[in-house]
Amino acid sequence: MTEMSGTPLIDLQDISKTYDSGTVALQSVSTSIAQGSFVSLLGPSGCGKSTLLRIIAGLVQPSAGTVSWPSTDGARPSDIGFVFQDATLMPWASVFDNVYLPFKLRGQSAKDVGPQIMDALSRVGLADFTKSFPRELSGGMKMRVSIARALVTRPPVLLMDEPFAALDEFTREKLDDDLLALWQSENWTVIFVTHSVYESVYLSERVLVMGARPGRILHDMMIDEPHPRGRAFRATAAYGQRCAEISDALRHDAGGA
Amino acid sequence: MENSRLLRILVPTIVGIAFLVLWEVAVRVKGVPEFVLPAPSRIGESLIANFGSLMFSLWITLRVTLSAFVLAVIGGVGLAVLFSQSRLIEGALFPYAVVLQVTPVVSIAPLILIWVGYDHVEVALLIIAWIVAFFPILSNTTLGLRSADHNLRDLFRLYGASRWQILSELLLPSAMPYMLAGMKISGGLALIGAVVAEFVAGSGTSTGLAWRIIEAGNRLDIPKMFAALLLLSALGIVIFFALTWAEHRLLRRWHESALKREN
Repeated sequence: MTEMSGTPLIDLQDISKTYDSGTVALQSVSTSIAQGSFVSLLGPSGCGKSTLLRIIAGLVQPSAGTVSWPSTDGARPSDIGFVFQDATLMPWASVFDNVYLPFKLRGQSAKDVGPQIMDALSRVGLADFTKSFPRELSGGMKMRVSIARALVTRPPVLLMDEPFAALDEFTREKLDDDLLALWQSENWTVIFVTHSVYESVYLSERVLVMGARPGRILHDMMIDEPHPRGRAFRATAAYGQRCAEISDALRHDAGGA
Repeated sequence: MENSRLLRILVPTIVGIAFLVLWEVAVRVKGVPEFVLPAPSRIGESLIANFGSLMFSLWITLRVTLSAFVLAVIGGVGLAVLFSQSRLIEGALFPYAVVLQVTPVVSIAPLILIWVGYDHVEVALLIIAWIVAFFPILSNTTLGLRSADHNLRDLFRLYGASRWQILSELLLPSAMPYMLAGMKISGGLALIGAVVAEFVAGSGTSTGLAWRIIEAGNRLDIPKMFAALLLLSALGIVIFFALTWAEHRLLRRWHESALKREN
């Protein structure tokens, strides 16, 4: 059931993380992520799913274990798209300048990469808002800027940490669909952290169900429904059944807590 | 919009004029002696009569104030940036910055005067005004540099930003509103520092407004005292509005504090 067809992009070996306070955030997490797949990390608060994502990004060092990237000789690619729960934009910079950031930090001039920035902005439907400031945008639009920034350098992998959790349901569903469309056209690998069973089933090819205390992977479930899925998918029996299965798995492991 | 402008400008102006008229009338009717309280018209006359010397004094005070302010910005921001780069340096130096701040400046003024020598009174004035002005900039900028968004910091690391890029592209812009708030406080304090310094240390060869006030007081030339006082207030107001304007220009596009709300 967890067999993978593609080349593994990321290999996680026995990842553990213990914080200085003694909290065990993750214990012996091992898995691999296939190139081009859409994987969700699902679990309750405190199960270490965000920590795992940050370890993959290299923002947090694991206490034990290794993260390797077989397709790039083991080393983490210099280009990783990361989207936080908040849009995490620079409030003093225009939409254009926010998306320009990854290039700017590499010393590329705005003139050279202008077309790429405009392309990324039109992909998220914000081509007309280049001069706006984050303060002038709605929550959903800010999130779109954040996504444009993550995809502007065309990274091989996009890491998303509960990106739409703070948005209203209508906006969230819209962004879910847009994300799926982008994933299919860009040939990305997406690792998507969420605490919503429905969102994980709707989006992913594979859901890693995590449990807390200590944080670990409990179930590795494939959602082998075809893409593109579209709204109609939410009304199918298969969708409902998948959601029920995963909810049961989560509830069972919560141990009635 | 129209109403709020009316309220902001016209109403205080009317109150001011009414106050001056009342003052003028009260002094004339009651026959208050000039050395107790001169009428506004007498203060105006004195201002015109001593215009040249008062303007020169204004220039001297302005020069000390502005120099102290500029040095306070450089020193305060520079030290705060240094603190942001190393907790060790911050731990080592911050307590002494506090000591400098809490020690009443008047009490160390004579010492400073002795150290720099009576030939360089202007340097002493500058140092005293600087001590008064620099702390708000230091503490505000330090706080501002620390309040950069942690996720943005992670993002910068993810994109391989250098220490310098993190400082110039993330920490300093984040600290900007705090820095400007500190500068607004310091602008006023630099003037207070310059005046206090002159009271304590004298003016050396050139004479600032504070010294004019002492001088006029000794001669019981109260209208001239008021005229100098008027110029000091005007200077303080100009500094305050200049910094408020700068703050508005720099923050109006993005910071919560500079935005107008519709409701």
